[in-house]
Amino acid sequence: MTASPDITFDLAQAPLRELNSALHKATGETNARLWRVINPNGRHALAAGVNAPVTIEVDGHVGYYCAGMNQQARVIVNGNAGVGVAENMMSGFVHVKGDASQAAGATAHGGMLVIDGNASARCGISMKGIDIVVKGSVGHMSAFMGQAGALIVFGDAGEALGDSLYEAKLFVRGSVKSLGADCIEKELRDEHRKLLQEKLEAAGLAGTVDIGEFKRYGSARQLYNFHIDNAGAY
Amino acid sequence: MTSQNNTPRTLPRFSSTFDPHTLAEIRRAAATGIYDIRGGGTKRKLPHFDDLLFLGASVSRYPLEGYREKCGTDVVLGTRFAKKPIHLKTPVTIAGMSFGALSAPAKEALGRGASAMGTSTTTGDGGMTQEERGHSSILVYQYLPSRYGMNPDDLRKADAIEVVIGQGAKPGGGGMLLGQKISDRVAAMRTLPKGIDQRSACRHPDWTGPDDLEIKIEELREITDWEKPIYVKVGASRPYYDISLAVKAGADVVVLDGMQGGTAATQDVFIEHVGIPILAAIRPAVQALRDLGMHRKVQLIVSGGIRNGADVAKALALGADAVAIGTAALVALGDNDPQYEAEYQALGSTAGAYDDWHEGRDPAGITTQDPALWSRLDPVKAGRRLANYLGVMTLEAQTIARACGKSHLHNLEPEDLVSLTVEAAAMAGVPLAGTEWIPGRTGY
Ligand SMILES: Cc1cc2nc3c(=O)[nH]c(=O)nc-3n(C[C@H](O)[C@H](O)[C@H](O)COP(=O)(O)O)c2cc1C
Repeated sequence: MTASPDITFDLAQAPLRELNSALHKATGETNARLWRVINPNGRHALAAGVNAPVTIEVDGHVGYYCAGMNQQARVIVNGNAGVGVAENMMSGFVHVKGDASQAAGATAHGGMLVIDGNASARCGISMKGIDIVVKGSVGHMSAFMGQAGALIVFGDAGEALGDSLYEAKLFVRGSVKSLGADCIEKELRDEHRKLLQEKLEAAGLAGTVDIGEFKRYGSARQLYNFHIDNAGAY
Repeated sequence: MTSQNNTPRTLPRFSSTFDPHTLAEIRRAAATGIYDIRGGGTKRKLPHFDDLLFLGASVSRYPLEGYREKCGTDVVLGTRFAKKPIHLKTPVTIAGMSFGALSAPAKEALGRGASAMGTSTTTGDGGMTQEERGHSSILVYQYLPSRYGMNPDDLRKADAIEVVIGQGAKPGGGGMLLGQKISDRVAAMRTLPKGIDQRSACRHPDWTGPDDLEIKIEELREITDWEKPIYVKVGASRPYYDISLAVKAGADVVVLDGMQGGTAATQDVFIEHVGIPILAAIRPAVQALRDLGMHRKVQLIVSGGIRNGADVAKALALGADAVAIGTAALVALGDNDPQYEAEYQALGSTAGAYDDWHEGRDPAGITTQDPALWSRLDPVKAGRRLANYLGVMTLEAQTIARACGKSHLHNLEPEDLVSLTVEAAAMAGVPLAGTEWIPGRTGY
C-alpha cells in the first residue's frame, strides 16, 4: 500500500454482500476513493458490478469473477485470482499480481486487465474489446472466438490459440503450442508496433519488453461465411 | 402391360420410409453438400397436449359458474431469493427471441402486446434494444453463452435475468444468425463484422457444470444486489436431472423448453432429432422440484408448441406455473399470414410453411433486418393482435379450469386429465381415457 485507504473492509468480519453493496453505492462524487479489502479468502464475486472511479485493493487471493462486469473502477489483487477475473468488464483497470485461473477477461467489452503471473486456459475467451496483458504465459484455447480487443502475452501460449477467432488481435512473445481453427500468424507492421506500445503504456509496462520480439496472430477470416469446403475445420 | 385386358394393376406407391420429403432431402443434400438450415420448431407429429383431455366436473366434482365465479390467472415468479419478484396477470409469457433474428418493430410489438396483458417479454441472443425495453413493462434479460451485447447497465434495467443453457429446438447447440441478417446495427450490438455467418457458442465461456453455475448465479445476484429473479432455461432432454441441478445452483425460476420449441435458425436435423417433447418433460421436472421440496417455490415455466388456452391449462395441470410462447406470438403478430401468399410462393414456400427465417426476407417484416420489410409491420396494430390473442388464451384456460371446478389456474392438477394414446399416457403420467392405466406407473 502506498496511500492509506479511505475505507478498510475486513471480509473476516463482515459479509461480502455488505462490501459489494457499499461499493455499488459509490458514485463519481464519492469521497472514498481508495478501498482496501483484507481477508478475501478466495471469496467469489468480490467487487463485482462496481460502477465508480474508485480504487479497490484486495490483499490476498480472490475466487471466481472478481471485478466481474467492472465499470470505471481500478481493482488490484495482491494475490491470485480464480476463474473469470474481470469477466465482461466494460471499462476500468484490473491488475492481478499473482496468477489467474481460467477464462480471465472472458467476454469483456472494454478496460484493461493486467496479470503479472500466468493465466490458465481460455484467457480472453469471447473477448469483445478488452485489452489483456499477461506477463507470464496463457493456457489452451486462449482468445477462443475473440471478437475485439488485444491479448498480449509476454510468455508462451498453449494449444489452439485464437480458435474460431473474429477480430481480436493477439500478440505473443514466446512460443505458441498450436493455433486454433482460422487463426494465423500475421506480419507485425509499424501500426501494430504502435498499438503494442500504446497498450503497454496503458498497462504501465512500456519499456519492460522489446516490442519487436512479439509475433502477431489474427483471423484468416476463412470461416466467416459457411462454405462446404471448410466443413472439416469446424 | 396387364391394363389392356382390364386386369387391376398395382398403383404407383410411395415408400413410407423413403417418402417424397425424404427423397427431396437426399437430392438436395447431394446437389448442395450442405445440411438444411431453417427456422421454426419440429414439423413431424409428436405426442403433444392434443393427446390429453380434461375431465370436466359432473356428479363427483363441482364446476364453477362460467361468467360469475372467479378463476384466478395471476402468477408470481422469483419468490425464492429475489427481492423483487415478478407479478404477471396471466401465466402466458413471451419467450426469448433476439433482436437480429427479429426486427425492431417485431420486438416492439411483442413488448406492447405483452404489456397490455400484464405479462413479460424476453430479450434474446443479441442484447437488449431500446424498442423492447421501452415497450415492455416487464422484461427478462437473457444471459447467453455468446454474451453478445451483455452489459451491467442493461442487466440493472432488466426485471429478471434468464441464464440460457439451452433451448428445446437445439439442446446442446448454440445460436446461429446468417450473414443476410447481420446488418450494421446487429453487427454493432454483437461486436461482429457485418455480413458474417454468426455462430454463437453452445457453452458458456466462463463456467462449466452445475457447481460453477451456482457461483455464476451468485455473481449475477451480487451485481444486481439480489433484486432480480434469476431464471435458468434448459432444453428438454434429461429434465429430472437438469431441473434438479438448476435448483441446486440457486435458480429462482426454471424454464423448460420442449423439442417443438421454435428457433430463429438451426440445422433441420437438430430441430427434428434432438431433445424430447414438452409433454414428456413436464412430469419429470415437477418430480424433481417435488423431491427437493421446491414445487411452487421455484417456479416452472414450460414452452414448446403452446398454441391455445387448452395447452396452457394442460401444462399447468401437469404442474407448471406458467408457459412461454415464441412461434404462436409471431403468428399473432402476422408471421406466415396468407395475405402474403404470392410472396411466399415467390420464395418457394407457401403461407403456413414458410420457415426460411434465417434468410431475412420475411414478407411479414418479422424475421428480417431489411428496413423496407420492417415497415410492413405496424408495431401498434401487431401489438394489439398479440394482446387479443393472449387474452383469448387466458379466457380459454379459465373456461377449462372452471369446468373442472378450479378457482385458480394453478389448482388444475394431473387428476383432471386423461390421455387419448398409450404414449401420451405414459409421458404425461395420466391414465388412458376410460381406464385407470398409467403405463409404467401402476404395476402393469
Ligand atoms: C425467431 C425465434 C428466435 C429465438 N431466439 C431465441 C433466443 O435468442 N434465445 C433463446 O433462449 N431462445 C430463442 N428462441 C426459442 C424461444 O425462446 C422459445 O424457447 C420457443 O420459441 C418456444 O417454443 P414455441 O416457439 O413453440 O412457442 C427463439 C425462437 C424463435 C421462434
